[in-house]
Amino acid sequence: MLYALLGGFGVAALAPWLHQLFGRHSGWALALWPATLFIYFSGFLAGVNDGPVLLQHNWIPSLGIQLSFMVDGLSLLFALLISGIGIFIVAFAGRYLEGHRDLGRFYAILLAFMASMLGLVLSDNLIALFVFWELTSITSYLLIGFNHEDAAARRSALQGLFVTVGGGLALMTGLIMLAMVGGSYELSSLLNQGDVIREHALYAPMLWLILLGAFTKSAQFPFHFWLPNAMAAPTPVSAYLHSATMVKAGVYLLARLNPALGGTELWLTVLGSVGAITLFIGIWLALRSTGIKKVLAYSTVMALGTLTMLIGLGTPLAVTAAMAFLLAHSLYKGALFMVAGIIDHETGSKDLRDTGGLFRAMPITAVVAGIAALSLAGVIPMFGFVAKELLFDAALKNAASWILALVIAGTIMTVAVGALIGFLPWYGAPVKTKKQPHEPAPALLAGPVVLALLGLGFGIAAPWVDRMLLGAAATAVAGVPVDYPVSLWHGFNTPLLLSIISLIAGLLLYRWRQHFHHHTRFTEVLARTGPERGYDLVMAWLIKVSAWQTGFFQSGYLRYYLLIILLTFMALVWTVLLLYWPALSFGIHLQGIQLHEYVLVFVLMAAAVAAARTDSRLGAVASLGAVGFTVALLYVMFSAPDLGITQVLVETLTVILLVLVLFRLPKFLRLTSTALRLRDVLVASAVGITMTCLLLFAADARLYESISHWHVAQSVPSGYGRNIVNVILVDFRALDTLGEIFVLALAATGVLAMIRLRAEDKRK
Amino acid sequence: MSTLLATAVGVLYATAIYLILRRSIVKLVIGLVLLSNAANLLIFTSSGLTRYAPPLIPEGASAVVDGIVADPLAQALILTAIVIGFGVLAFAVVLIHRAYEVVKADDMDQMKDTDT
Amino acid sequence: MSMPNRPDSLILRVTGHFLLPLLIMFSLFLLLRGHNEPGGGFIGGLVASAAIALHLFFTSVQSARRLIWVDPRDLIGWGLCIAIASGLFGMFSGLPFLGALWVELSVPIFGMLKVGTPLLFDIGVYLVVIGTVLNILLALAEAEDA
Repeated sequence: MLYALLGGFGVAALAPWLHQLFGRHSGWALALWPATLFIYFSGFLAGVNDGPVLLQHNWIPSLGIQLSFMVDGLSLLFALLISGIGIFIVAFAGRYLEGHRDLGRFYAILLAFMASMLGLVLSDNLIALFVFWELTSITSYLLIGFNHEDAAARRSALQGLFVTVGGGLALMTGLIMLAMVGGSYELSSLLNQGDVIREHALYAPMLWLILLGAFTKSAQFPFHFWLPNAMAAPTPVSAYLHSATMVKAGVYLLARLNPALGGTELWLTVLGSVGAITLFIGIWLALRSTGIKKVLAYSTVMALGTLTMLIGLGTPLAVTAAMAFLLAHSLYKGALFMVAGIIDHETGSKDLRDTGGLFRAMPITAVVAGIAALSLAGVIPMFGFVAKELLFDAALKNAASWILALVIAGTIMTVAVGALIGFLPWYGAPVKTKKQPHEPAPALLAGPVVLALLGLGFGIAAPWVDRMLLGAAATAVAGVPVDYPVSLWHGFNTPLLLSIISLIAGLLLYRWRQHFHHHTRFTEVLARTGPERGYDLVMAWLIKVSAWQTGFFQSGYLRYYLLIILLTFMALVWTVLLLYWPALSFGIHLQGIQLHEYVLVFVLMAAAVAAARTDSRLGAVASLGAVGFTVALLYVMFSAPDLGITQVLVETLTVILLVLVLFRLPKFLRLTSTALRLRDVLVASAVGITMTCLLLFAADARLYESISHWHVAQSVPSGYGRNIVNVILVDFRALDTLGEIFVLALAATGVLAMIRLRAEDKRK
Repeated sequence: MSTLLATAVGVLYATAIYLILRRSIVKLVIGLVLLSNAANLLIFTSSGLTRYAPPLIPEGASAVVDGIVADPLAQALILTAIVIGFGVLAFAVVLIHRAYEVVKADDMDQMKDTDT
Repeated sequence: MSMPNRPDSLILRVTGHFLLPLLIMFSLFLLLRGHNEPGGGFIGGLVASAAIALHLFFTSVQSARRLIWVDPRDLIGWGLCIAIASGLFGMFSGLPFLGALWVELSVPIFGMLKVGTPLLFDIGVYLVVIGTVLNILLALAEAEDA
């Protein structure tokens, strides 16, 4: 398993080289990797109904982070979709981007993305899951911005990155809270802790954070805007990331955590309403778009909304519907996106209005597009029909009536969108296109054909699909065994009636789509003031704030940096001190001080003040010496002979050093005005008083038992030394000392480098 | 005694900070020396002051006689801090020496831009 | 070396000459007894470098360099290597890095001596301290001469 995942990154790293090696067949050659993975994961199908399979590897044992993987119905469904669709996407990309100078880089990122996505859906550890989650965001960013010379692509890539990574931050916090509450970082044990987690006081904040992560990733309202913009990516990317895989990561997470977090009123309300609103807005915007990829992107938003809503409902029926819908959607949307790529590739057009009558030029593509569009529209006997029947059934039984209304309206518009994609470009009067269209190469056609036919086949063999995988996936999502019969024909019932009504209404809507466009123009105002505008405002504000704060903090004057640091330090210290004021005691310990000690401390203070006040360099050095030697005496008086000796020696060397250098520098000048000096005196005194107070409080407070006793007791028995300080330095804490002598060596090296530089300057 | 030393630490910090806030780099260096003394004394005082009980074990004994000695851990920390403080000071001194040779002024405001 | 006010005094030079070997011996003594009495690598190293620094004041950079006959830079390198090597002994015996190993040696005159890797480590510290301090002082003094 580890090799299957990490090998992906290895193949990705080798991809540019492999691309050189295989030339124009590199697409098919690299497609062998996802194909291998697909076969490997298919091996798990046999045991998937027997419960999850766990595989563990230690990664950072001291932090409890393991590379552990869980294969159950849900993760297997995703893994098969990712690797299976991946085969065709890689082959498609090889042909679609043939001759592109950066194709090698493209393969590398695409394969790295695939590996991350697989890691995400198979991880059992929350931290590993999060790492893979962020990796998908980053690879997606690189893929959206693949045409990096295009400003719009760069902007879209950044937008996708900011939205998903921003949500990722929230997700990380949420996942850590989840692990704290559930007492484990392993999903497999967290999923059994549902009752504990749902009762916990942190449940609501944790849920909101996790939902924020999932909603941004899966383009839920109001974060849906980044997904259509991500269509700046090359079409294979759109087909893969933005329909079949990455955007479903959020849905995967919701489904995965449903047993731990789901089932509450909050979960139901938030997921149900956000999902339903997303569903409606998505399909509404799809119907109003004219770019082929935009239509598909918005209909993806609709699908993601549907999935979120179904997971929110959380009943066995609803999760079965969600899994069926997920499978159906991945199949037809992958196919349709690749068809969109073919149209673009063959005609040079990306707009529905510039195409028409393409059936004559490319009949196979047209038929495939038709089949996939039928699945999108949910027409019998496609698998999309099965999914839609389940959706209706679940919504009828469990959802609020306004949600049901949105679902029905969405379905009607989906039919119209299906007609828009499956009919409009292919039939009717031919439109003159930039290029002379003809049937595309096998590498381009393979994906759509296989995926569309699978959509048809799965529809007919729905009970078999259910038995093989869907049932297990639904069980994993629900957390309890789910055995809801899935089949093509459920008899004459309300869902079927709704299907027929929506089909007819959808076709009528398609027929009168010009009127629809005309009468819904008012919504364009909303688009201009919508969430994307909010994103722009936030970004503009961020730039303004960072410019201001850089100008404020990075003045280039050391003393202003210091002032800011010192004032912040004091503000923080005093906030804490005042908060705990009643609990603090402030003892004055002046008893038992001998006269010579008073004298010594007085000399110390006087010397320090003299060092600060003097205008002569010699005076300053002499005062420093006085400070140093009094401190040494204090060390000796209070039982620290080693410190005393060291201090005296260092003080001697310091004086030598200062004498060697300082007298080469000019005399002190009075550089600042009296007012500024007064300000600095005030700040410095405040810091001094703060430190004194801190020390006084610290003297009377002992929060933890000192660890020194251990060192004292063990010095002779295990350190074989009677000077405890030395034993600590060279034995107990020798690693610290090693670090410290390295610092010394570095300082010496730095000095040497500067002196040598100077010598070279002089020679010139 | 700790009260007295705490006052001394405060004075050392105040003078050190005052010197570091000057524009003259020489004063900055003097401030650095004072600051490292202040920090060492701070740790020393806060670990508790003990008279006539250095952390040494008498010959032939396996533990201190009456069990009370000055905190050896704090002393070990301060010992390395003193030596490292010297290393850093030497580095700083050479650095300002170099800077002075380039800028020809003992004024940090004239070293504000990196390309001088 | 041309100190600003070079003490060209016979008394200083002669005492410096006699003091130096004594101080170096003293530094070694401090180093070796450091495990049991005040002293150790840091203190010993500082004493030795202070001694050579004094010599530097009384005579010249060239003389000081001749005196230590190795480049101080090499002292730093050797010191670090010895310190790290002392840690590796423990590792080869299944202890963590820098874990201490002790052996008892019978040495004539001194009798039974306990020798362990911490002593080796302290010698490393001693060399690094001497190397660093001399490196800086010599470099500065030479820079003044140039």
